[in-house]
This record gives sequence, structure tokens and C-alpha cells, in this order.
Amino acid sequence: MSNDLLIARDLEVAFGAGASLFGRAKSPVKVLHGVTIQIGRGETVGIVGESGSGKTTLGRALLRLIDVASGTIQFDGLDITRLPEAAMRPIRRRMQLIFQDPMASLNPRHTIRRIVLEPMLFHHVAANEADAEERARKIFARFSLPSACLDRYPHELSGGQRQRVGIARVALLAPDFVLADEIVSGLDVSTQAQVLNLLKGLSRDLGLSMAFISHDLSVVRAVCDRVYVLHSGRIVEEGQCDHVFAAPKDAYTRALLDAIPLPRIDPDWLGATTRTESVGQLDGAK
Amino acid sequence: MNPPVLALSNLSAVSDHDRAILRDVSLEVARGETCGLVGESGAGKSTVAKAILGILPRTVRVTGGEVKFEGADLLKIKAGPLRRLIGERIALIPQDPMTALNPARRIEAQMTDGPRLWRGLDKTAARALALRLLDEVHIRDPDRVLSSFPYELSGGMRQRVLIAAAFALEPRLIVADEPTTALDVTVQKQILRLIRNMQSAHGTSVVFVTHDLGVVAQICDHVTLLFAGRVIEAGSTSQLLDRPAHPYTRALLDACPRYDRPNAGLRPIPESVIADLYAELGQSGATP
Repeated sequence: MSNDLLIARDLEVAFGAGASLFGRAKSPVKVLHGVTIQIGRGETVGIVGESGSGKTTLGRALLRLIDVASGTIQFDGLDITRLPEAAMRPIRRRMQLIFQDPMASLNPRHTIRRIVLEPMLFHHVAANEADAEERARKIFARFSLPSACLDRYPHELSGGQRQRVGIARVALLAPDFVLADEIVSGLDVSTQAQVLNLLKGLSRDLGLSMAFISHDLSVVRAVCDRVYVLHSGRIVEEGQCDHVFAAPKDAYTRALLDAIPLPRIDPDWLGATTRTESVGQLDGAK
Repeated sequence: MNPPVLALSNLSAVSDHDRAILRDVSLEVARGETCGLVGESGAGKSTVAKAILGILPRTVRVTGGEVKFEGADLLKIKAGPLRRLIGERIALIPQDPMTALNPARRIEAQMTDGPRLWRGLDKTAARALALRLLDEVHIRDPDRVLSSFPYELSGGMRQRVLIAAAFALEPRLIVADEPTTALDVTVQKQILRLIRNMQSAHGTSVVFVTHDLGVVAQICDHVTLLFAGRVIEAGSTSQLLDRPAHPYTRALLDACPRYDRPNAGLRPIPESVIADLYAELGQSGATP
């Protein structure tokens, strides 16, 4: 058996295929161009890129939330690329997603109890409601979430608490693979540090494999073992974080790293402006 | 020495539930200088920005202090003249270039409002001014941009338009409220460079609101760090970043992940530091 839990080969994803309203054939827009990635057991892999680079699309394709035009996805030795939904269902529990914005992903009309307990009952992780509640209380204690939170609604919690609930809900299903898509981008640095430390501890204890999608390379450096750099739907660089961050080979990776302002004064960082540079292609100016 | 363009002294404000949201906030911005206003969410940085712009919500009541702009206390000026003064001499670069522009109006209409209203320019002159400003922010095809609707422009382009509009009336002071938070890092760098260059060309003072200490390091001359509406530490950027005096400042720097120092960062702010902060606030007689 392979040492990798998740292997995706030559993934191509296109949007907008099919005829338009008036019957004219629309040409689909290709969003991923032959992307290949592997995620080892217990490994945390970063997927970085700017908006529009295809990182979220790649994540969704890995979880079989969108269909791929071509390529294959293997999960734990099983080809799931075209697996029917019924056959996918037992695998769904094992591959989970933590969303970017818990305010948008937690149902505002449900109590935290219902939000956390329901997936456990649906996937038969817990024998009954009392068992599910017991498990929830245990993990809440570990995540420094007061158990009184269970009776609250999402809007009554702070941003950091909501994100911890999002992580708790996923952790309770004991998945093998977790996709974390920009999960700390809206948080203050102190809350961000808490949430990321929690996630690191969890992946270590449960031996989780994780794909960590982020536009923030400093966060990726702090959390991930290996990193893939995505640009316009192609992987332009991959490798151990130690190597990629110390000596990036690709020009785009270098540009991304150079663009991160570090909290130390660097008079050369902004430099002198030139007209050509400030209307550079990276702006995506139409 | 020149008098500061902006001087806040002991500004205090409460919410409608009499909860303190600003406590004795003082800061000064000299001509051509950039002052960073930093803090985590809820620290009060946006409230300070709104106080300077005269757009505090009705639920916020100022209980003391001064907001002196070019020597005049903005808090003592009546609504009508205040609007004129702020409209003409203080500008805002907003956080979200997606929502700050009216989606139903062309860029030309939105960029020429200010010059026509405050400078009495006619349509042709206002358009000429808009074209010149768009050129100054390095927009390649200003004619096309002027006739565009906001949705036709990328995020970076929209933020350029807003920067151009902010400089239209040659303001003495610009309040930049997290102007790059919604942008990709490569675009952020271009926009920061643009703000800095425009500012030095026009001699404008800037209050730069941000939560990002990395951005502060690159663009601010001095920094004021807020926590729970109180100034925790203020000083030159190098002083604050390289020799932070307050434990909270140090803790905040330790929490920042840095790609150049993989083993530093991600240290949550110790609860003792936060407890001490609230204890300090309690001692000063303010309601925590």
C-alpha cells in the first residue's frame, strides 16, 4: 500500500461547459491544468496561490465536491474519481472540510449542540444522542470552549470560538483527511495563533493528513510540512517548506514571498516605483 | 517646529450602554507623515478613524478630549461647517474597494462629485482632473476606466480609483482604513507603494489603520498601538517593532507567523498579559 493517503494525478477542471441560454455553445474555462499532488499519511500540505489561482477549486476537486474533466483521485488506495455518490458516502466521513468563514458555514438557526451532534449521528460515529453529547463536551473542554456554548447560536460566539466549533465538529468525526480552506484569514493574530496551534495538535494526535489552503505564506510556513504553489491553475513549485521558503526556484514563488511585508523595517522593500512595474500583469487589470 | 496637522488629545468615547470604547487617546501627525493606528479587532482603531472623519455613529458619544485638525477642534464645529471642512481637506481610502464604490454609477460620476461640489469645477474641468489623477495612479486607459462601472474593474483597479479620488481635492490628511486587507499580497505591495509615492508627491499626512504589523513596518513613520480603546504603546516604528516596551506589544509580535522565521511566531498572547491590561484599565477608573 502506498504511503500516500491522497493522490491526485493530472487533474483538469473546467467551468461553464455546455450550451448557453440561447443554444450557442460556450467554450468552457479551464481552471486547473494537469495538477498532480500527493498527501502522505499524517502529513500537512500547504496549497498557496493568489485569488483566482485555483486553490479552492483544487480542494473541492480533491473532496469530490466538484467533478473533474480528467485525471484521477485516489483515496487510501481506492480510485474515487467517478465513484457514485452512494459509494462515496462512507468515504465522506473520512474526508472533511473546515470552512473559511464559520459565520457563513454554521447554520445561524441551529444551536451549536445541533451543529456539532448532527454529523456524528448521521455518520453513526456516536451510538446515540447522549453519547454524542458526551463526546462533544470532551472535545469542547480540550478546545477551551465552555460547554455552555452548546446552547448558544453561532452569532453569540466570538470569531475564534466559532472557528474552534468548526474544527471540533470535524474532529469529532475522526476523519483521516481534512481540507482547511483559508480558515484563519479573518482572524486577529492572537486568535489565529490559538486556532492554528489547536489544529497542529489535533493533526499530530489523530495522525491526520491535511491540505491547508492559504494565501498567507507565513501561516503556511508555520503549519505545513510541504507546500504546493499554484499559479493560474498550474503547480509552479512544490517541495519541503524548508527548501521552498529558503530558496524558491520559481519566479512566481519568489514574487509571492517578496510581496509579504515582514514586521521589520526594510527601506528597500517598497523601493522606487516605476510605471511598468506598477501596472504589472499580476494586478489582473482588465 | 510646525504644528501637527492632526492632534488628538485625551479623546474618550462611550457606547450607548455607557461602555468605554475610547479612553484618553492621544496622537499627533505632522505634515507629510504617516501614523499607523494598530490593534486587534475591538481595539478602537476604526472608532478613532471615524472620529477624525466626523462620521461617528449616533450610538457613540464623545465624553472628552479634542480632535484638533490644523488647530481647530473638530468636535466644537457645527455640523454644516464641519462637513465642508472635512469634505474639502480630509479624505478617506476605505477598506473594501468592492463596497465603497456605488455599483450603479460610472467611475466618472463618482470621481467628479467632490471636485464639482467643493471646488465648483464644471463637468469638463472635473473630468480633466479625474483623467490626470487616474494617470497618476498608473491606470493605463483612464478614458475607459472613467466610463466603466465598478464591477468591470478588478479589486486592485478599484483601489487605485479610490486612491485617485482621495487625492482629488489635495487633502491635508488622508485616513486609510485597512486599504489593502482585501487584496492579494502582490497587489497590496503595489497599492502600498502607490499610497506612499502619492503621499510624498503631495505632502499629505496619513493616518494608516491596519492590523498588520508587517504593513506598518513598511509604510509608517510612527505607530500608535491600541487595546480596548486605550493607547498601549506609541512611538517610532523602529522603536515599537525592534524595542517594544509593553508586554502586549511584544506578545503581539510573537503571535505573528513569519515565513523567514519558521520557529518564531504563533505564540498565543498569554492570558496573564491580557489580564494585566484589563487590570490597568480598571485602575484608571474606566469601566472595563
